[in-house]
Parts: sequence; structure tokens; C-alpha cells
Amino acid sequence: MSTTSYNRRDFLKTGGMLSSGLLISFFVPAGAKRFIPGGETPEPLFAPNAYLNIGPDNTVKITLAHVEMGQGIWTTLPMLIAEELDCDWSKIKVEHAPPGAPYIHTLYGVQITGGSSTTWSEFDRYRNAGATARTLLVEAAAKKFNVSPSECHTENGFVIAGNQRASYGELADAAAKLPPPASVKLKDKKDWKYIGKVKKRLDTTAKISGEAMFGIDVHFPGMLIAVPAHAPVFGATVRSFDASAAKAIKGVQEVVQVPTGVAVIADNFWAAKQGRDALKIDWELGPGENIDSTTQFEEYRQLAATKGATAAQAGNADDALSRANKKIAAEYIFPYLAHAPMEPLNCTVKISDDLCEIWTGTQMPGLDQSIAAKILGFKPEQVKVNTLFLGGGFGRRANATSDFVAEAVNVAKASGKFIKLIWTREDDIRGGYYRAAFLHQVHTGLGADGLPIAWQHRIVGQSIQEGGPFAASIKNGIDPTSVEGVSDSPYLESIPDHNVELHSPKLPVTVLWWRSVGNTHTAFVMETMIDELAFAAGKDPVAYRRSLLKGKRHLAALDLVAKKSGWDKPLPQGRFRGVAVHESFGTVVAQVAEISIREGHLRVHKVTCAIDCGLAVNPDGVKAQMESCIIFGLTAVLYGEITLEKGRVKQRNFHDYKMLRMNETPLIEVHIVDSNEKMGGAGEPGVPPVAPAIANAIFSATGKRVRRLPLQSSDLVKV
Amino acid sequence: MIKLSVNNQPYTVDVEPAMPLLWVLRDILHLTGTKYGCGMAQCGACTVHLNGEAVRSCVTPVRRAENQTVITIEGLSKDFSHPLQRAWIEEDVPQCGYCQSGQIMAAAVLLRENPHPTDQDIDDAMSGNICRCGTYQRIRKAIHLAAKLSAK
Ligand code: FES
Ligand code: FES
Repeated sequence: MSTTSYNRRDFLKTGGMLSSGLLISFFVPAGAKRFIPGGETPEPLFAPNAYLNIGPDNTVKITLAHVEMGQGIWTTLPMLIAEELDCDWSKIKVEHAPPGAPYIHTLYGVQITGGSSTTWSEFDRYRNAGATARTLLVEAAAKKFNVSPSECHTENGFVIAGNQRASYGELADAAAKLPPPASVKLKDKKDWKYIGKVKKRLDTTAKISGEAMFGIDVHFPGMLIAVPAHAPVFGATVRSFDASAAKAIKGVQEVVQVPTGVAVIADNFWAAKQGRDALKIDWELGPGENIDSTTQFEEYRQLAATKGATAAQAGNADDALSRANKKIAAEYIFPYLAHAPMEPLNCTVKISDDLCEIWTGTQMPGLDQSIAAKILGFKPEQVKVNTLFLGGGFGRRANATSDFVAEAVNVAKASGKFIKLIWTREDDIRGGYYRAAFLHQVHTGLGADGLPIAWQHRIVGQSIQEGGPFAASIKNGIDPTSVEGVSDSPYLESIPDHNVELHSPKLPVTVLWWRSVGNTHTAFVMETMIDELAFAAGKDPVAYRRSLLKGKRHLAALDLVAKKSGWDKPLPQGRFRGVAVHESFGTVVAQVAEISIREGHLRVHKVTCAIDCGLAVNPDGVKAQMESCIIFGLTAVLYGEITLEKGRVKQRNFHDYKMLRMNETPLIEVHIVDSNEKMGGAGEPGVPPVAPAIANAIFSATGKRVRRLPLQSSDLVKV
Repeated sequence: MIKLSVNNQPYTVDVEPAMPLLWVLRDILHLTGTKYGCGMAQCGACTVHLNGEAVRSCVTPVRRAENQTVITIEGLSKDFSHPLQRAWIEEDVPQCGYCQSGQIMAAAVLLRENPHPTDQDIDDAMSGNICRCGTYQRIRKAIHLAAKLSAK
């Protein structure tokens, strides 16, 4: 993997030009309005382009404004450029961008990879960058060949006119001297050669040979390893500590206190970890000690009995409920969940008098940069962030407090040493920033036709935005990420009398977005309750949903999944099916799960998935993301649970915070709706429907509704 | 001082004999293709070959490798030419990629022992390796493909 080797100040001076070659101006795509949480408008972007440059050797180096964490953006963004640039695909080299204005998200106003937004948010910007480069190369060639640009065409990295041809590398210097074009014309859809076609990932060889550099793989002479000791309960602080046993371990160099605990610094990880384990720390525990998962849900239940902040409201649900033919009420419980990315959290920091250099895998390099600068009293431009491959992110590496980066900077600052901070798996599982625990209560009523006429919904759970940089999105006590998937549910649109209320209790347990965010729990409630109503109405679950959903995309996904799963065909004996459909991140995904239960064991045999994400730029990438989402969602259904006892997280590692494995993997079939709808995301929207599809299948097998995740063994026994 | 052979290179390392092979590979020899995922034999990210057998290097004290032969992902082939690597490319297996060294090293032993594994054989051999990105289906396909490629 190529790593970025220029520093931030040079970058600002030269606009990111690394070597002799062509540098492409940057244009703000007309359609992309930018938005900053909080409402201010940032400076208009007109910077010299840092998205691609072409070297004399024909290498096309593409700089990614987003980071590669498995979702395939290392390949998809280059596809967008290659489509317009018409370059030689085999000559493409890819790198992550440093923090910088040109790499700010076209909509979110910060440099972030998240919200399943990379492909659609960069669709214009990266194509424009490619088209601009091509226009200049053609112009340069036309001059060289003494013809008009219209007589030239491009092919695989060459400009050709009649029998004259020149490679992009040969033309780069001349093209760099031309003024940028005022506008460029993007290719017609019918001429696309890359977009919508299957393209192999560009990072595979690095990832099957040990060459790929993740943050944890960074090594420099003189660098030491730090392992932190964190508080046993959330919010606890160090009263005092005794490092004598730690320091007696061979290889341990130093022990320092930092705001988040105590860190042991040693020659290697093994020594540092042994040292960390030998520390004796006296903690001031604070109120975090009182949190207990059982009483927590008891308290949430009490809150749910009271009126909350209104997230959605229409008509009079109380009245409508009293008129209902049939009433159904249910309560749902969802635990805290850890992201557990495969690569444990880590960050390498080197501080000199006026420069701090950071190497890590992060979803928000710009925020990390400013938080590091603040800790050190530096200007942001004195902090250089090198983003390496992320061994999974799922939201954990987009932390509003830059927690592991800040901790590493603090360790480097306190010790004066060049360190790589590594969290153990235990530190990760117990380290907080979880998907928040939630409790839902729903009261619904059916009319004479079996369709719902009333829907009352109360949600209780911590806000992930409260107190953070995106807190401005909280309006009237509603953190949209707590209610998304319910308050904007298309089912509610068809129910004239409904209300959705939210309580956001504050707890010391830290919480964060977790792949598909609020939809992780809201989709479960909506899709299992709708299924329950279908059953109560004596209707087929797919047909019932079809009678409530009006949106073209919902119907297309539902129809496709029903067709491909053979919904109306009988199943072999002992097999059962469940369906769910949910929209998130601008994409609709429908899934059918096929299961069996034998001797109290659930086996998921097959998940059929249909996705309408609008245009699928890299269809195989979309399929891979659906496969990934389904395994991720299934893991949560079967195992995902972080529990607290006396404030202490009970789980530690993969033996008690389990992951789905090969032997439990269902056959997954993904079908992409041929769609001209607005582009949506693909990294997350496959997660929400998994759990309800499985729960609905379990109901057909057992006659029992699943109301709590993860599954309990009692859920799998027939009534 | 402990002597061992890694990827057919002789090394002498001055470490505690109890230090796990994983950290000798990563922190002393700087062969970082072998990954740390759990440190307790749960995930398989650290899988290497010790005298041809797949072991969890995170729980293998380096003394067990003394005067023995270790092969890591870096030593599997020089040019991505191992049938498993070719199959991994063909099926576009990796996502984040972090688990894949361990997956490939585990699969290599499976294929050597069983050149034509069934799905069940693959499940049995590979269920010790976690992939948080959920690439299992593609791994399974790629192992079948690698079996075909090796047979040619
Ligand atoms: S790191 Fe060795 S099995 Fe997980
Ligand atoms: S590819 Fe990410 S953990 Fe396997």
C-alpha cells in the first residue's frame, strides 16, 4: 500500500501536488449543497484538486476523501474517476487523503466516512475530477498533434488523433500548464464502461499477502508499544496507582497516567501487556458503579410509562385505539452492543517540538487532527494524520471524542515517547461507545379490515449525539438517530392516528453509532410488529405489507425478494420463512430468512436479499456489503449482548462476546433491483432487516414472538 | 537467545521463551501480516504454520518454535501464486482484510490434508477463524476454487 508521504504544510502550499505531473482543478458540483450540523455555511470549496494526479510513468494516483474499512471504496471511487478519465485501470494507485478542505464530505461538512454515503456523495465530485483531467489531457494532445480537441479521442490512458497517439504520462506536464476548463461534460450513461459493471477490488493482493498496512502494523525505529489500563466502570478516575510490579517486567520502559487511565510503555506489546496486567490501580469509581443491566431496563420501563418528547404525531392515537377491533401491545428490549472490529483499536503518535504525527485507522481524520492539536496546544496544521487501512470500522472508528487517538496523544505527551498504543480485545469489548441499549413499547389497534388504525410508540434509550459535535441535530429533545426507522416509517404514513415518543436517559456508559445506527432496533420493532398484525388479520405477511406500503422502492424490493425466495412455494418440512423490508440510508432492503429449529437450535439456512440502492456503481461491491451486513445482523441476533453488573462489563473477548462463524453461515443470495431511483448507501442498510426476518421465521416455526435480542433459548421452544 | 526459521530465513531472537510467537513475529521480526485479534485462541487472525501445522501464534510460546520452521502469510508465495491466493483474488474475498492472513493460512493446511474438501469439511476446518466483515461465503467458494486450481 502506498502511504501519504507529504506533510500538511507542504500540502497546503502546493495544494497536494506531490510530483511533477498533472494536477487537476477542483470544481464544486452544482448539485451538491453542503450542510454543517449547526447550520453555518463553510467557505466555498475551490481548491486545486487533490483527487488525482498523473505521473510521467502513466501512473494515476487517486486520493480518497473516504477511508477503506472493508466497504470497497478503494475500488469504487477509482471507478468513478476511471469512467471519465479513460485511463489504464492497471496503472491506478490509491491512497487515503490527509485531513484537508478538499476532502470534506460533500454533504456533512466534516471529513468523515460514515452513514453509508461515500459512493453517492462522491458520485459527481470524483467523476468531475476525472473528466477535468481528461479534458486537459485532450487539449494538451491537440496542441501537440496540431489538431483540434474534437479530432481527438481517448482510450485506456492514451489520447489518439488519426495515427498520432500520446500517453497520459507524456502529456501530463503540458496539461498541467493549461488553465482549468470552465466546465466539463460528463459521459452519457449509455457510454459507461466502469459504472454498473463488476470490477475486482484493487486492495485484494495487498490483503492476501500480508502487505496491507493497517494502523496496528505501523513500525518505526525507536517506537515503543503502549497498552492502557482502563477504568473498571464507566466514568471512574484514577486515585492512585502502584507501578512497581509493572516496572519490574523486562522490557517495560515507563508507566504514565493519562486522563483515561494508566498506560504501560514497553519495547513490545507482550511486555507492555504483562506490565499493564501487573498494575495496581486504586479507582475512584463514581456513579458508574450503580449501573446494572437488569435494573436499567426496569428503569427504562418506568420511563416508558411516562410521556416523552414527541418524535412523530398525527391524529389522536388514544381515541383510535379505543375504537380498534383488535389490540396488540408489546415491549421490546435491545442490549448494548460492541462493534468489535477485527483490528483492535490502536494509534501511533510521534510528537516533536512543533509537529505531531499520527498513524491510525480512522473514519474521521479531520476531527482527530483537531482534537490532537487541542491536547498539545498546536495548530491543526501542526498535526499530520496518516490514515492506514482500517481493520473494520462499523462506526467505532468515527468517534466524536477521538477516544483512542486522544488517548495515544496523551500517552505520547505524558511520556515524551514515540508510541504505538494498542488496545487488547478485552479493552475493546469493555471500552464502551456501544450501540445504546433500548426499550420500546408499542400499542396498536386493527380496524375491521385488519389494517392498523392506531399506533402508539414509546422509545427509551441514550442519545448518541448528546454533548457531541453533532448535537445540533437534536431538536425538541429528539435525537433523530434514536427514532429513525419508526418516526419516518412508511407504515405510520398509512396509519392516520399515531404518535412516537422518546425518552433519552443519561448514563455514564458511552454510546455511539453502530452499523445502521437507530435502524438496528427500530426496524426490528416495526417489522416484527407488522408481521404480528398480518397474522392477527389472517393475511400473508408479504401481501399485508404490500397493502400498507405505497413507495415504489419498498414494493420493488419486496416483490423481488418474494420472487427470488420462492415465497409462495411450499417449503420442505421443518423449514420456515420470515420476511422483513426496511429503508435506511436512502436504500430499501428486503430479506427473507429460511430457518429450521432442531432440538432447541436455530439454523439459518438461507437469506435471500433484494436491494434497491438506486444505481449500483459496483454491483459486486453492493452484494459483498449485503453479505457482510447479513452476517453482522445475524451475529447480533444470535449473540450480541453487552451486560453490566455493578457497572462492570461482563463480557471480555470473543468467547463470551461471540461472533458468527463459518459453520453458522447461511447461504446468502443478493439481488439488486434494476433501479433508476436516487442513489442510496450500501454499507449499512442490509443490517436492519436481518433480525426481524429471522424473528418472523421463528414465529412461523414456534408460534412465539421474539421480543428481546439476542435470542434466548426459550424463544426457540414451540408454544 | 532463541533460534528459529521463519519463511525459510534463520533468525535468532533475544526474548523471553514464554513470549507468544505472534509478538516475536510482529514486534521483533516486523512480519506484520500475521494479525492480533483476540490473544486467546478465539479468532484465528494469528494463524501461522509451525512445522506445517496451523497454530494460533498468540498462544504459542516462542520456545515451542525453537529450532523449528515457521511459515507466515508473507512466506506462502512470492507472487500471490498460491492457489488460495489466486482463488481469493478471483472471488474478491477480502473486505477490511484484517482476518484474511489467518483465513488463508488455515485454509492452506486444510487443502494440503484434504485436496477436495466438502462444505462440511470447510466448516470444520475454518470455524475457528472469525471474520467480522462476514466474508465466509466467499471464503468457502474460494476454497472450492483453490481445490480446483490445485488439481489442474
Ligand atoms: S489472535 Fe490468536 S486466535 Fe485470535
Ligand atoms: S475481512 Fe474484515 S474481518 Fe475478515
